[in-house]
Amino acid sequence: MAQAPALPGGFELPLEPRLPRIGSVDQVAVEERAVALSRRSIKRESKLFALDLAVRMMDLTTLEGSDTPGKVAALCSKAMRPDPSDLTVPPVAAVCIYPNLVPVAVDRVKASGVRVASVATAFPSGQSPLEIKVEEAALVAEMGADEIDMVIDRGAFLAGDYAKVYDEVRRVKEACGDAHLKVILETGELGTYDNVRRASLLAIAAGADFIKTSTGKIQPAATLPVTLVMLEAIRDVYEETGRKIGMKPAGGIRHAKQAVQYLVLLHETLGVEWMTPDLFRFGASSLLNDCLLQIRKEKTGRYQSPDYFTID
Amino acid sequence: MTEIEKRQDRSPVPSAFDYAPAPESRDVVALEDRYGLFIGGEWVEPKSGDYQPTISPATEESLAEVAYGGPEDVGLAVESAREAFENGWSDIAPSERAKYLYRIARILQERSREFAVLESLDGGKPIRESRDVDLPLSAAHFFYYAGWADKLEYAFPNRKPKPLGVAGQIIPWNFPLLMLSWKIAPALAAGNTVVLKPAESTPLTALLFCDVVRQAELPPGVVNIVTGDGRAGAELVKDSRVDKVAFTGSTEVGKEIQRAVAGTGKKLTLELGGKAANIIFDDAPLDQAVEGIINGIYFNQGHVCCAGSRLLVQESIYEQVIAKLKRRMGTLRVGDPLDKNTDIGAINSKQQLEKIKELVAAGEEEGAEIFQPPCRLPEKGWWFAPTVFTNVAQSYRIAQEEIFGPVLSVLTFRTPDEAVEKANNTPYGLSAGVWTEKGSRILSMSQRLRAGVIWANTYNRFDPASPFGGYKESGFGREGGRHGLEPYLRFE
Repeated sequence: MAQAPALPGGFELPLEPRLPRIGSVDQVAVEERAVALSRRSIKRESKLFALDLAVRMMDLTTLEGSDTPGKVAALCSKAMRPDPSDLTVPPVAAVCIYPNLVPVAVDRVKASGVRVASVATAFPSGQSPLEIKVEEAALVAEMGADEIDMVIDRGAFLAGDYAKVYDEVRRVKEACGDAHLKVILETGELGTYDNVRRASLLAIAAGADFIKTSTGKIQPAATLPVTLVMLEAIRDVYEETGRKIGMKPAGGIRHAKQAVQYLVLLHETLGVEWMTPDLFRFGASSLLNDCLLQIRKEKTGRYQSPDYFTID
Repeated sequence: MTEIEKRQDRSPVPSAFDYAPAPESRDVVALEDRYGLFIGGEWVEPKSGDYQPTISPATEESLAEVAYGGPEDVGLAVESAREAFENGWSDIAPSERAKYLYRIARILQERSREFAVLESLDGGKPIRESRDVDLPLSAAHFFYYAGWADKLEYAFPNRKPKPLGVAGQIIPWNFPLLMLSWKIAPALAAGNTVVLKPAESTPLTALLFCDVVRQAELPPGVVNIVTGDGRAGAELVKDSRVDKVAFTGSTEVGKEIQRAVAGTGKKLTLELGGKAANIIFDDAPLDQAVEGIINGIYFNQGHVCCAGSRLLVQESIYEQVIAKLKRRMGTLRVGDPLDKNTDIGAINSKQQLEKIKELVAAGEEEGAEIFQPPCRLPEKGWWFAPTVFTNVAQSYRIAQEEIFGPVLSVLTFRTPDEAVEKANNTPYGLSAGVWTEKGSRILSMSQRLRAGVIWANTYNRFDPASPFGGYKESGFGREGGRHGLEPYLRFE
């Protein structure tokens, strides 16, 4: 009898003791479910709860070639105290920036509770030699980043070279040390929900603490159905192994209403246990001000001019 | 920076995310205290003099009083339909008939919010469903058949299609307006006139529809609505001036109707009960299949003749599917039908609730294992928690009889052959579901399953262009699509 080919080193799928089962996703049905959940009507105190949570879950992001120490310092101040006129508004979870600006941010946010997240591994394409990616992740961790957002090598993934993707995530995870690792799948380049599911399980098996939809540089970025597919992968891993993986939709989430829809999706897929910044983040920039505007509207009953909210 | 909290290693987890009530406003609906019968384009007092209240199943409040037509009233309605058929409607240019139907469709769209709220009030179904399913589909049926009205020659080439005359139509309480649309749209498109009897527990949207009929300036007598109970229905079936009977409802009543029309030459279509198998193969997309199971059985509180009430799961994935299903059931929101976040509304009537309870008790007694997620049911009104039975044998009553409530029976199978055998082992044959990634298996299953409608990787999806109807004791004749015209036509 022929011997089944051995899985690559360390690639014990989390779905044992059954035969490894990746499973599949039905496109029509998953999109329908996402639409149904987005129609939940979240009003009054439940809306305020969701908006407050959305702020606490935010990775306030700037990832531009033109970023400077001044820009990042301003962003950090906003992150620590988003609404100076209402101190009940909590600080965001983290700032998310390029590696060169990590020291500026670390200095600025220290002891505030706001974390510093940095992209790494030849962000956004990931098309560089592995040694460089590993080195970059290690350097960023050394500079004091609490969290590292890596990208997977989509080229390798789409070529079917899953072992390469897996090994890279493992190597980067080792290089991260204590820093949390978020793995960006760049779902907009993966083409199918089946691939999104496969990439999610691959990243989780390789040691991701979080899985993240997008870099923000490719359209489509985060969508509700893609997030649902990833949350369902996280749920399957949790049910099989008890391991809790975080989720970060990023890119294209600009309005408070969208954020609430994502939280409903999270709530009805993984339950209230996942409704913490430790397990869910929004990667966003302009979302914060819309949340602040809506929070003030819920509290005062009136919309205020956007001029009352700082642009950083 | 004292106001900023010290960094914590772990953020607190909230204890719950409760959704605040989000009720749709009732104000869009203006109800009369009392409704007569709609005969010859006018509201008339019933000769029977009988009025009965119609009750909201969610609150047990009386919404309005509705006439219960007697034999004389049914006779007058049929007469008015006959007259309208002979004096104009059958000779009118088909393109003109189409215009009326288009007009009705557009008015339904315009007034959809009003209809949706009323449907939920009177029948207990969640507003999410009446808003997103019943109303859009009702309008779609009128649009679809409006398109056929002047193309009958093309639908049935060389067969010279002609209208039958007066159609007597009796509809159930589970989709009141939608079933009305399924019946009236093809009948009018084919050139017939109509006497329709709504179900006794849900007459209000049919009565509001009379307003649409008037707004569309449909000639008087083309559509007549006679409310009442089974006795009015029996009169309608019996009336010798009726050329065609269409009935949707229970198999028991369907059999009585078939006996009553035997030998009369009346055309008959019956759309009756079901006990559909929803079959999950081990290669299915599991999370979406679970959504399909939920939608299959808990849609409209399970008051659906094509509900996927028998779940057939391949044994190798049984535990996973059941775990996922139970988890998902825990997120279903049962309560106020008018709340936009409600997934499961009220049971349509006290009588139906008792029937469900009786069968569930039988299931427990027979030895099946019951699971209901914890949920708080309102005190007033008629409610039943979503329920699943595991450990069910094919011989149990809950695997054989139509429960017509939010109750699912789970069976397992090992091979495709066994799935087909179990699925077909029922007196019914209305619908079935197949969940698999394998296209070839979908095709082979759909050829072997004895059911009128087979859904692949979806469930309870409807479209006016798709014919719907049963095998065996689920009835005969098709509604929807080109097939749906045929029962309303004769061919020379």
